[in-house]
Amino acid sequence: MVDSLTYTPKITLEFEIGEKDFFIAGECASRVKKTLQQLGLKQDVIKRIAIIIYEAAMNVAIHATSGRLIVHVDPDAITILTQDIGAGIEDIDLAMKEGYSTATYEIREMGFGAGMGLSNIKQCSDGLSIESKVGVGTNLEAKVFFRNEKKAVEDT
Amino acid sequence: MTLKEVQTLLEANILCGDDECLQREVRICFACDLISEMLLYLKPHSLLITSLTNAHVIHTAQVMDAKSILFVGGRRPDPSVIASGEQNKIPLLTTPLLTFDCCGRLYENGVRGEKH
Repeated sequence: MVDSLTYTPKITLEFEIGEKDFFIAGECASRVKKTLQQLGLKQDVIKRIAIIIYEAAMNVAIHATSGRLIVHVDPDAITILTQDIGAGIEDIDLAMKEGYSTATYEIREMGFGAGMGLSNIKQCSDGLSIESKVGVGTNLEAKVFFRNEKKAVEDT
Repeated sequence: MTLKEVQTLLEANILCGDDECLQREVRICFACDLISEMLLYLKPHSLLITSLTNAHVIHTAQVMDAKSILFVGGRRPDPSVIASGEQNKIPLLTTPLLTFDCCGRLYENGVRGEKH
């Protein structure tokens, strides 16, 4: 297992996420995990990335009408992006607060919507930025550095 | 204790998992019905105890390298979920017992939770 990749794989993985397409969220995380395992990355790094992807993709499925998840693999870092069209986030600081949730009963019944998604993403990221416009959509960017040096993107 | 011994202790039925899987050692257990909490606290090689039976539980266990899943309260997932467990080599068990009793019996027999 390695801390960083000695070559430039330039891998980009992309997933379309439809409204209430909850299944794809777990699928994204599983598939990216398998790809990263094949690259020989450390298990703990892979796990952090998989958690970010699971939570971010689930947020799109729950709150947006459509969106996509893009994962860029670079030699020293992985960037996870979600771009969605949907309700947007009114108060990002509030949404980041653990326990705050606008998810419906249906979502909660599936085991989601506990209001831990964004705080989980933050906890697993080395950098996180969120841009959102109510009624338009949300863009999220999370970075994980293989050597976990310093935060490159300021927390929002 | 092995997963096979867990099966006996908790009066469980095996939904999927071969003999080799059932010989896996269970030392750490995590009981939870929230996916985000599983993603935060579930340790590798744990037995996951849950009442959720949807496909997300298998995805989560697979992502977090959990060793096996026990469904409580007699719950049984759909055949597609069981097939996914089989495909990911995650043995699935179901017990008529509820979470408290499962955890109590396991704790009495030396199984512990993992401090996070």
